[in-house]
Amino acid sequence: MGHRTSLYDTHVRMGAKIVDFGGWDMPLHYGSQVEEHHKVRQDAGMFDVSHMNVVDLKGANVRPFLSLLMANNVDKLKTPGKAMYTCMLNAKGGVIDDLIVYYMNEQWFRLVMNAGTRTKDLAWLDVTAHEMGGVNVLARPDLGIIAVQGPNAREKVYQALGEALRPATEKLKPFFATNVGELFIATTGYTGEDGFELILPGKAAPYSWQGLAEAGVAPIGLGARDTLRLEAGMNLYGHDMDETTTPLESGLAWTVGWDPASRNFVGRDALERQRAQGVPRKLVGLALEDKGVLRDHQKVVCGAAGEGEITSGSYSPTLGRSIALARVPAAVSGGSGCEVEVRGRRLAARVVKFPFVRNGKSCLD
Amino acid sequence: MSETPKDLRYTKTHEWVKTMPDGSVTVGITDHAQQLLGDLVFIELPKVGAEYVAGKECAVVESVKAASDIYAPVSGKIVEVNTRLGDAPETVNKGAYGDGWLFRMQPGNPEELKSLLDDTAYAALVEAEGH
Repeated sequence: MGHRTSLYDTHVRMGAKIVDFGGWDMPLHYGSQVEEHHKVRQDAGMFDVSHMNVVDLKGANVRPFLSLLMANNVDKLKTPGKAMYTCMLNAKGGVIDDLIVYYMNEQWFRLVMNAGTRTKDLAWLDVTAHEMGGVNVLARPDLGIIAVQGPNAREKVYQALGEALRPATEKLKPFFATNVGELFIATTGYTGEDGFELILPGKAAPYSWQGLAEAGVAPIGLGARDTLRLEAGMNLYGHDMDETTTPLESGLAWTVGWDPASRNFVGRDALERQRAQGVPRKLVGLALEDKGVLRDHQKVVCGAAGEGEITSGSYSPTLGRSIALARVPAAVSGGSGCEVEVRGRRLAARVVKFPFVRNGKSCLD
Repeated sequence: MSETPKDLRYTKTHEWVKTMPDGSVTVGITDHAQQLLGDLVFIELPKVGAEYVAGKECAVVESVKAASDIYAPVSGKIVEVNTRLGDAPETVNKGAYGDGWLFRMQPGNPEELKSLLDDTAYAALVEAEGH
């Protein structure tokens, strides 16, 4: 038996197929992964992501602490409630984890980190907090997270959890969060759709989940979460980047806060060196032109530019074809053709921009 | 619960086999297999005329999540494939024992059919794998 979230029994009762997800017993789907995918794109769906690691940082030194540990610049967070996506790097510029930082006030920042990296993340935070002082690192396994996503997500949240939430959250722009009582409501997500991520006491999660289900929000498994995030062109830790790759090789250069040059975050020297020498590889989108399905680790042959590898490949239910993220030599140009080796044969694919899908619509030409 | 029709024979690798009046066999994947795989999005079928020995991989079914090999249940030659699956792989999810058949083979040695599982033995195998 793996770790279980407070919603485990609810998932089983709703007919979930439970699988091991990095040591957690989580729902893969509740019947049809493809139907769940469409439900999020067209209406509203909810994911239990309580396995993710919520960490509260409290104290006087939290801002300098994050300024040191995060590749993105925490000083971009000036308005309380503002959120920021960032990588946490090692000294070689490799990605320890990717996460979201929520700035609540000068004494309190909240991090939401990956489940699979929990132990090393907390160790990394603890060591630096101990050295720096003035920072309390408080893991919050008592909290659950329900992500409600889709064009109708906000309205259905109000219907299920009460109109009282509307004034504080209706005008909330993307990448913000606010507290309403015990409910932490954020306009972040991992699907490319509008919606809320609700962080709440784990004990209260089943009741809220039930209310959302009654309001017509479909339960969505982690299978559809993966195809939704891939269509949205969002990286998955451990697949598209890890400790052996830098953000610059992972399509995440936009998350590196280079300015001011005086901010000496962990990994900066390595990134500066790589940037000066020329980044050898990059992450691109691929759209398969032949029939078939692209999968992780398949070899990508890019003519004279050399070879690369698929880091996330799947079938896109919205586009009705296979898409992938792949790490290829930097010389590969957008729009060019390439070939992917699938079971000893070579299938034709095209290098495309990602996201592949945004707010339910195809971004492919 | 998955269906296991009585008039079919089964393999341990979750193919079903139906003997036709002309001695050929129709092959597909079981209802249990399609449930495990989930929504199928691509099926790679063998070529008509290709010959396989029993147990050799001869087709691939791909769900959103993963690719799975399909094995020849008996030795023989492929005489027909279900071309409708090219544009509608989900047909297998809707009816694994009907319109979702994969291919038809002419067995080289009909004796091999006797070593396949009957419905009771296959149901027991599925039950055992579930624990």
